[in-house]
Amino acid sequence: MLYRENGQFKTDYRADQQVFPIKQDRIAIGLLMAFAVIGVPLLADEYLFRAILIPFLILSLAALGLNILVGYCGQISLGTGAFMAVGAYAAYNFFVRVEGMPVIVAILLGGVCATAVGILFGIPSLRIKGLYLAVATLAAQFFWDWAFLRVKWFSNNSTSGTVSVADLSLFGVRIDSPVGKYFFCLAFLVIFAVLAKNLVRSHIGREWMAIRDMDVAAAVIGIRPVYAKLTAFAVSSFIVGVAGGLWGFVHLGSWEPAAFSIDRSFQLLFMIIIGGLGSIMGSFFGAAFIVILPVVLNQALPAFGELFGVTIGTALIAHTELMIFGGLIVFFLIVEPHGLARLWSTAKEKLRLWPFPH
Amino acid sequence: MGPFLETLFGGLMTGMLYSLVALGFVLIYKASGVFNFAQGAMVLSAALAMARFSEWIPQWLGFDNKLLANVLAFAVAMMMMVAAAWLIERLVLSKLVNQEGITLLMATLGIAYFMDGSGQTLFGSDIYKIDVGLPKDPMFLLENIFEGGLLINKEDLYAAVIAAALVVMLTLFFQYTATGRALRAVADDHQAAQSIGIPLNRIWVIVWSVAGFVALVAGVIWGSKLGVQFSLSLVALKALPVVILGGLTSVPGAIIGGLIIGVGEKLSEVFIGPYLGGGIEIWFGYVLVLFVLLVRPQGLFGEKIIDRV
Amino acid sequence: MTERKIGDVILEVNNISLNFGGVKALTDISFNVREHEVRAIIGPNGAGKSSMLNCINGVYTPQQGSITFRGQTFSNMNSRQVAEMGFARTFQSLALFKGMSVLDNIMTGRNLRMRTNLFQQAIRWGAAEREETTQREFVEKIIDFLEIQAHRKTPVGRLPYGLQKRVDLGRALAMEPQVLLLDEPMAGMNVEEKQDMSRFILDVNDEYGTTVVLIEHDMSVVMDISDRVVVLDYGKKIGDGTPDEVRASPDVISAYLGTSH
Repeated sequence: MLYRENGQFKTDYRADQQVFPIKQDRIAIGLLMAFAVIGVPLLADEYLFRAILIPFLILSLAALGLNILVGYCGQISLGTGAFMAVGAYAAYNFFVRVEGMPVIVAILLGGVCATAVGILFGIPSLRIKGLYLAVATLAAQFFWDWAFLRVKWFSNNSTSGTVSVADLSLFGVRIDSPVGKYFFCLAFLVIFAVLAKNLVRSHIGREWMAIRDMDVAAAVIGIRPVYAKLTAFAVSSFIVGVAGGLWGFVHLGSWEPAAFSIDRSFQLLFMIIIGGLGSIMGSFFGAAFIVILPVVLNQALPAFGELFGVTIGTALIAHTELMIFGGLIVFFLIVEPHGLARLWSTAKEKLRLWPFPH
Repeated sequence: MGPFLETLFGGLMTGMLYSLVALGFVLIYKASGVFNFAQGAMVLSAALAMARFSEWIPQWLGFDNKLLANVLAFAVAMMMMVAAAWLIERLVLSKLVNQEGITLLMATLGIAYFMDGSGQTLFGSDIYKIDVGLPKDPMFLLENIFEGGLLINKEDLYAAVIAAALVVMLTLFFQYTATGRALRAVADDHQAAQSIGIPLNRIWVIVWSVAGFVALVAGVIWGSKLGVQFSLSLVALKALPVVILGGLTSVPGAIIGGLIIGVGEKLSEVFIGPYLGGGIEIWFGYVLVLFVLLVRPQGLFGEKIIDRV
Repeated sequence: MTERKIGDVILEVNNISLNFGGVKALTDISFNVREHEVRAIIGPNGAGKSSMLNCINGVYTPQQGSITFRGQTFSNMNSRQVAEMGFARTFQSLALFKGMSVLDNIMTGRNLRMRTNLFQQAIRWGAAEREETTQREFVEKIIDFLEIQAHRKTPVGRLPYGLQKRVDLGRALAMEPQVLLLDEPMAGMNVEEKQDMSRFILDVNDEYGTTVVLIEHDMSVVMDISDRVVVLDYGKKIGDGTPDEVRASPDVISAYLGTSH
């Protein structure tokens, strides 16, 4: 009853092509943005910002980038951590070595470097497919793991590849409070989400999806597989690189190569699979799920144990978390392989009819 | 020349061990079309089981014979792996029958996390010893040709021989037994195999059990060498390039791939490594495989992927 | 039926031979196609008809022989180049993009006309929005023509087979081709669906003058709508002429019905 499209007629194609054609959706998004900009800063405490909100924003961005490559264009990549690392270390080098380099520019340049690396490591996708490609992308992951550890230049000659940044400021205003960092990341996420959504609904997006669904037929229509795949790698790596820069600069402040290890790559892959491949919204859902889950488990498990009078030690919590995490992944894949985004759109369809059964 | 040969032998032996782990991947992929990212976790769980049971069984049953303890522990660990295989088939594989490759891959990753967690919950997370009587002293070969002889690690040599024997056994099993034939039929075409009466579920339990057995042997060998700890599950990541190099579906490919990667890693580390800052073993195998795939996208012995329209 | 003005020869298939390992799919096939005509390729199963289309289309590269289109001869084309030259095709096994809606599938056919670059598309406002709307108008005309308006936002995977075939045709039409290659467009359809599809094909041929080369099994359809017919059997050409000529040819009859010994 609330969610009906009745009476919302589109009189031109422009209106029909909008991102949110249904008025209720537009209202909902407007409210969400208002809440994000006004409500959250008022209600959230520092812990919430640091442990949940900021990681969520940055990892959503990374998941968004990965989803373009894997979900829209169908190229499996297990090396995302490496591209985040490239973005972070490149941004670091620009920031530290160039006098007066603004933070935003450094991070964007980090993204550009990640793009170059992404295109380079994307070239194999022109010949290699499927699982073979997945393992080939691990070459990027391990190579850059090693490079940032052993090649001293990248980390400004630090012994263990550890670097740190301080004094982030934007046009003279310092960004070191949790709220400041939150807005900084939120701005990046919103802008990139809009750009990504635009790309995905234009003809490049259709080219990506065509390559994903059937690349032989795509060629017959005149789509160039080389251009489509490499642009997917380029756009994806750019976004992931920027997210890496944000992760290092804003969230961590100080990092070493292990922050972008293969575990990070798997984490991002989980996010987009649980969230929904080929869905911008899905990237957010997945990121939220993966970020919030450990926090919830950390609180819930000891509490659960106390119900039975058992104190659960930290090691056991860690192991049980692994088990629950693994179990949930499998559960999800069985129950809804298309992810939370599909569950969401199914719910919306039901909502359209509510309170009528059909 | 001496150091080169030593490195070469060392590489061949390590390579044999990689092949052993790679075999587990190939077996499962061949028979169920699933790329089992949980193989490393299986190696770890199996090794943990072996290590702890060989400690506990003598305590429970009150005897002191090392050999008996090891044999019993091996048997119990094997039963565990079979049980795990059965559970995995029941709870996961049968529910994901027609899903895409990436979904199955992620499912095995989920299984890997679960196994890592459960293994450590059941057996603890310290470093444990496995002692199956593999000799640890070095031996020196060809002392008359090379001064001082070539240093060969006896443990590695025994391990390589065991691995080789296992590989030969498995190859024979696949080629010449009825079950092996059934496995190959399933690998070719699930539906066709079912339609001639091959029970898919049972086959999958068998395959994952065999892979579990391979994981157990690999776990015992590696565990004996390195001690049983969490990092053992990372051995699988070292074996991945071997699997891909050999071609996902080829058992001989896993062997040859293992030898190439093993030798390549050792040689590159010793002779090229110093110029690049060391530690290049971590990516050498992968980059090598990357270049091979560019020339042969299906690995050295894999089946060509044909896209039909 | 109005008389269609059939023009000169625009497409020539010259001595094409195609092998797959030891299997000879096509042996020394030659025929031509005139502009604006409807040319059918028929033959028993396994005769090599789809392979022939795949050769014209650049999906397979023949070991011998060449294709001549409007005077230019090629022996080694890739599918994209062939698409740019003005060829579009449908597939026997419906190579639709299952993850996309009907509208999006047909829009992919406009891909060669889209000119905006990555940055313009990311920003969307301005050039990219205008281009998207213009192409949308063109595609909507095709959707109207094929009478699938109600399904434009549905993911193609959910449509019944007959409608999917129409989307396949729509995607090919979106390319504004000079030559339309149709691989068994009526396969799996009932009588009414076949009548609809025949009507669409003839309308396309009438209104836009598109040359049509189609593979088809249903003899009545072939006799009704085609101007000339090529008959293949075991990779060899055994008949070439008007439907009546071909129907009466003894070689064709024995290929389909077998000879009495």
